[in-house]
Amino acid sequence: MSGHEQFADDLALLALGTLEGDERQVLEKHLQECAACRRELESLRGDMALMALSTAGPKPPARSRERLMAAMAKEPRRETVSPPRRPWWVLAPSLLAVVFLLLVILLMRRNSALTQRIAAMDYDAAAQQVELRRAHEIVSTLTANDAMRVTLVAAKTPPQPQGKAIYVRDRSSLIFIASNMPAPPPQKAYELWLIPASGAPIPAGVFKPDAHGSAAVVNPPLPAGVELKAFAITIEPEAGSTTPTMPIVMVGAGE
Amino acid sequence: MSPAEPRAGLSDAALVSAVRSGKESAMAELYDRYSAIVYAVSLRVLGDTGAAEDVLQEVFLQLWRNPDMFDAGRGNLAPWLAVIARNRSIDVLRKRRPESDVEDVLLSVEPDMAGDADRAMAMTRVRTVLGGMPATQRNALEMAYFEGLSHSEISAKTGEPLGTVKTRIRTGLLALRKAFQT
Repeated sequence: MSGHEQFADDLALLALGTLEGDERQVLEKHLQECAACRRELESLRGDMALMALSTAGPKPPARSRERLMAAMAKEPRRETVSPPRRPWWVLAPSLLAVVFLLLVILLMRRNSALTQRIAAMDYDAAAQQVELRRAHEIVSTLTANDAMRVTLVAAKTPPQPQGKAIYVRDRSSLIFIASNMPAPPPQKAYELWLIPASGAPIPAGVFKPDAHGSAAVVNPPLPAGVELKAFAITIEPEAGSTTPTMPIVMVGAGE
Repeated sequence: MSPAEPRAGLSDAALVSAVRSGKESAMAELYDRYSAIVYAVSLRVLGDTGAAEDVLQEVFLQLWRNPDMFDAGRGNLAPWLAVIARNRSIDVLRKRRPESDVEDVLLSVEPDMAGDADRAMAMTRVRTVLGGMPATQRNALEMAYFEGLSHSEISAKTGEPLGTVKTRIRTGLLALRKAFQT
């Protein structure tokens, strides 16, 4: 023992297991930091082992050995023939490799499925582009300001105001084209009405014809899937109305 | 067990290693080597053969269940078993739960206690040292060691000051150590 004489006696008591309370706490804290005292504690335990040698007596009875062997036989046992069990982490790299392999296979299959889906989507997108372009062309032709709109009528018949409405109920889409329309009165405009099979007329866009009497209404906001009976046109304030103002200037029933 | 068996020549470390892989015969050999010292110290503390047999059983079964708790790199099994047996016996005597993990019991001791002859010689020397101590010192040491009494309890019993009791216990243990230092 060197250096920590103040702990010398308590170390012996700690080895014997009889040191209690604060003294024990202080010493245990000191032992965490002091290798010399830890060595001394080990030596004191060695001294305790010597002390045990002072005891002598009868040997343990033979039944003690049998009892131990019987108890050992009942214990869940370790492997006796196979090599020592390897800790789980020895297998970790192999397990990881298997996991990675499975992951790679899974990803390759997903990749292939995704590639097919992308190809299909590319095809759909290209087809849609073509359709879109055609639709655009149709709409822009119908609605272009510089379009020349000619209404053909029976020969020798003076040109009449005329409107053509094309309505697709499932898509709630509507294209309306008018021609030969007289200019509305000042601060007034024409309003297109969708007359449903039942219920009040639904406003379907306000328009003013151009200098040639042509006008178009393309896809105005409409409620979904309205079963319609007819279209009508009234003259309304420029901002439009929510209910038609009589009289109806043009009307057309669905076919 | 017959001394002619090859296992008899194996070191404690080799036997503990065999116990680790489940060899019952290695455990039997360790029992044959050290059961006497474990039983003797337990019987001395407990004064009752049945209770001493229980501690004997418990100590060896613990080693069988968990051979790793003995660090073979730190010496022989005999002194370690002796200290474990003494501590467990004191726990039983004082009707308390095991004080500390046996894995924490690290010790170093000078004499080689593996062989029967070594132990016999060491035993004679220990008894000589104890016999040569003043009675007050031997009593204090034996009360602490075999009865598990604290220094306050010994002081109350003998009427000696606490500090004196503490010092007697320590110097008693040191006297044993000195007897084996060359």
